[in-house]
Amino acid sequence: MAGSDAHPAPAPMGGRLITPWTVFLGLLALIAVFFIGKRLIFGIGAVSNINDGYPWGIWMVFDLVIGAALSCGGLAMALMVYIFNKGQYHSLVRPALLASAFGYTLAATSLFFDLGRYWNFWHVFWPRYAQANSVIFELAVCMTAYILVMWIEFTPTVMDKLGMQGLRRKFEKWLYVFIGLGVLLPVMHQSSLGSMLVIFGPQINPLWQTPLLPLLFLISCLAMGYSMVIFEASVTSVGFRRPLERKILGSIGLVLKWFLIAWLIARFADLVWRGALDPAFVPGARSLMFWIENILVAIPLFLLWTPAWRGSPQKLFLAAVAMALQGIIYRINCYYTAYDTGDGWNYFPSLPEVMVSLGFIAMEILAFVIVVRLLPVLPAPEPSPNSAPAS
Amino acid sequence: MLAHSEEECSLDFDAIEGRLGLSRRDFLKFCTGLASTMGLPAGADAAIAKAVESARRPSVIWLHFQECTGCTESLLRANHPTLERLILDIISLDYHETLFAAAGHQAEAARRQAMADNKGKYLLVVEGAIPTKDKGIYCRIGGQTAVDLLKECATDAAAVVAIGSCASWGGVPSTKPNPTGSEGAGEVLGAKVVNLPGCPPNPYNLISTVVHYLTFNKLPELDAKGRPKFAYGRLIHENCERRAHFDAGRFAGEFGDEGHRQGWCLYKLGCKGPETHANCPAVLFGDVSNASWPVGTGHPCIGCTEKGIVFTKPIHALAELKTVTPPIFFARPAEERGTGVTFAAAAALAAIAGAAAGGTAMLARNLGKSVPEAKADVAAPDEQRGG
Repeated sequence: MAGSDAHPAPAPMGGRLITPWTVFLGLLALIAVFFIGKRLIFGIGAVSNINDGYPWGIWMVFDLVIGAALSCGGLAMALMVYIFNKGQYHSLVRPALLASAFGYTLAATSLFFDLGRYWNFWHVFWPRYAQANSVIFELAVCMTAYILVMWIEFTPTVMDKLGMQGLRRKFEKWLYVFIGLGVLLPVMHQSSLGSMLVIFGPQINPLWQTPLLPLLFLISCLAMGYSMVIFEASVTSVGFRRPLERKILGSIGLVLKWFLIAWLIARFADLVWRGALDPAFVPGARSLMFWIENILVAIPLFLLWTPAWRGSPQKLFLAAVAMALQGIIYRINCYYTAYDTGDGWNYFPSLPEVMVSLGFIAMEILAFVIVVRLLPVLPAPEPSPNSAPAS
Repeated sequence: MLAHSEEECSLDFDAIEGRLGLSRRDFLKFCTGLASTMGLPAGADAAIAKAVESARRPSVIWLHFQECTGCTESLLRANHPTLERLILDIISLDYHETLFAAAGHQAEAARRQAMADNKGKYLLVVEGAIPTKDKGIYCRIGGQTAVDLLKECATDAAAVVAIGSCASWGGVPSTKPNPTGSEGAGEVLGAKVVNLPGCPPNPYNLISTVVHYLTFNKLPELDAKGRPKFAYGRLIHENCERRAHFDAGRFAGEFGDEGHRQGWCLYKLGCKGPETHANCPAVLFGDVSNASWPVGTGHPCIGCTEKGIVFTKPIHALAELKTVTPPIFFARPAEERGTGVTFAAAAALAAIAGAAAGGTAMLARNLGKSVPEAKADVAAPDEQRGG
């Protein structure tokens, strides 16, 4: 309903840009830049532990696969607000979109440095070189398109700041195209992140290998998206000492609950249907990780079960953290725990690899902090003149 | 007892066995081997067998000039059963300075006698380069200069075969500064001769050429440099047993290193296989064992058959790649299978996990306390968004 999309106008938050926290984040980012420089000059082997048995290290699996899933807040909110027309959540769209845009951009940047011959990166976009039958081709093109779409979606925020209202009004006539793409594209490539594993065939343990992987990855990324919206709203609230939009977040918690139920049904129905549940009861690292993964679904489901609990910011927050962690563990399980490429192969991220991944997260947070201080992203803390103050 | 095809050929194997000291089986294997070495069609082996058996024995005059006798040695010391017996039986070696029992004028007289008796029918084999500077005074046999001797013998020869790199194109003696003005037989005669370069050349290529002549009464097909195509038509690189390592980028970096011991490609040690034409990888060399040829034993090819490579390019210098160029990026010699967890990486991950857990706990506590209720939860309609 039109009346339900009320929200305070977003406004730049202002405040100091240089604080001990931003300096700390900047230092982490600098360390990452140092190691990336080393990687560019001396080659990928100089910083990374990846090898022919494990060609995908954490720059691929954590930065890209997990990073993109954690950046699904934008998709989750766009789906809710624009597709299901729940306008009351609109105040969360801009911050979620911004976080997603940064997350995806840095995921793609990270992948660029993960390419052995990074100077050939453009081949994937070039018709003569592109291999259109590849899942990775679909991923690369789709993700790049989505990154562009997200920044286009974000431009009204910049136009607001620059006072280009005329241009903005013209632009908004066409914005629905990009909003549509902004929902379509991530649905495509998030499922493809699962399809990639289907290709691995028997190299992936049957506990995780299933034709349903694309669907599971899609449900999981949406659950992670809603969790990240709750997570980001909570962190922004505490970090910037802003009021918490408790009621909206509670409703998102309800949505998240249904996604968790859908996830559990799909996951276990598939396992039972394929008769692949047996490895879960064989003691070992794989079964342990499998149960950790599922306990991390059970925890948020439990925390979000009753409306009263969903009203508690802590329970919401912890549920969101647990769910995000579940998504991370699930993907780590799919790409590493379940992966068996034969005897003798070994992978554990090197310190430089970890520092680069950490540096990218730091850059992301730093960029988010700077942008919300300078541009109108977060809703104004005071009720805007045309919204009536209420309890 | 006799097989059908043998009856057809009506070969007298008993006579061959007596003459060559070879069993029937070994003799036919030898003939088949020669036929396939020369790439001849099926049936040629029978023709060869018949030609060899009939013992027409062409007269051969073998001249030695500026050389080390390595070509002759390689022929005589071939370990293959009775190879030297075979060739010495197939041909009538009427003049050969190393093998002759006769000496001095007696030997020279025998040569002239053989040339007169077989005028226009004998084979002339030349071993060694011919000095041309100062009227050829740097090599004399029986008072004759090498140039004169060569020209005299070549005049009535049915064919001239230059054996070894020296006779083919000058070899060691012609290496700069070439003080004696050495040249190959073909250059001196100004005519096309059969060149069998190599230092030393493979004795099988000589015997194949001779037997070809014996069987078909003509010389095998030659390339532009006068080399039989069956032996010199392809680069060593093309049939090299280590070629797969070249294509995969696995190279020995130095003698005795891991790659060298694994039998990887010797290109980076200076192997001239990529620019040298010879059939060594196919027929091997030296008759010692299966892998018996320079590259097979771990030494890079020195390009001994090619003018401008052996004695000219340093052995360690990289070959010029005539066919494929290796990619810019090769796999490393040792396939790294991944290092396990390091203390620093584990500590960093533990610190991050700890910080995240602590941060989550602190944040959850603060969420309950200091955060005021959002006023935006229940808000009046707003003009900001149109659906």
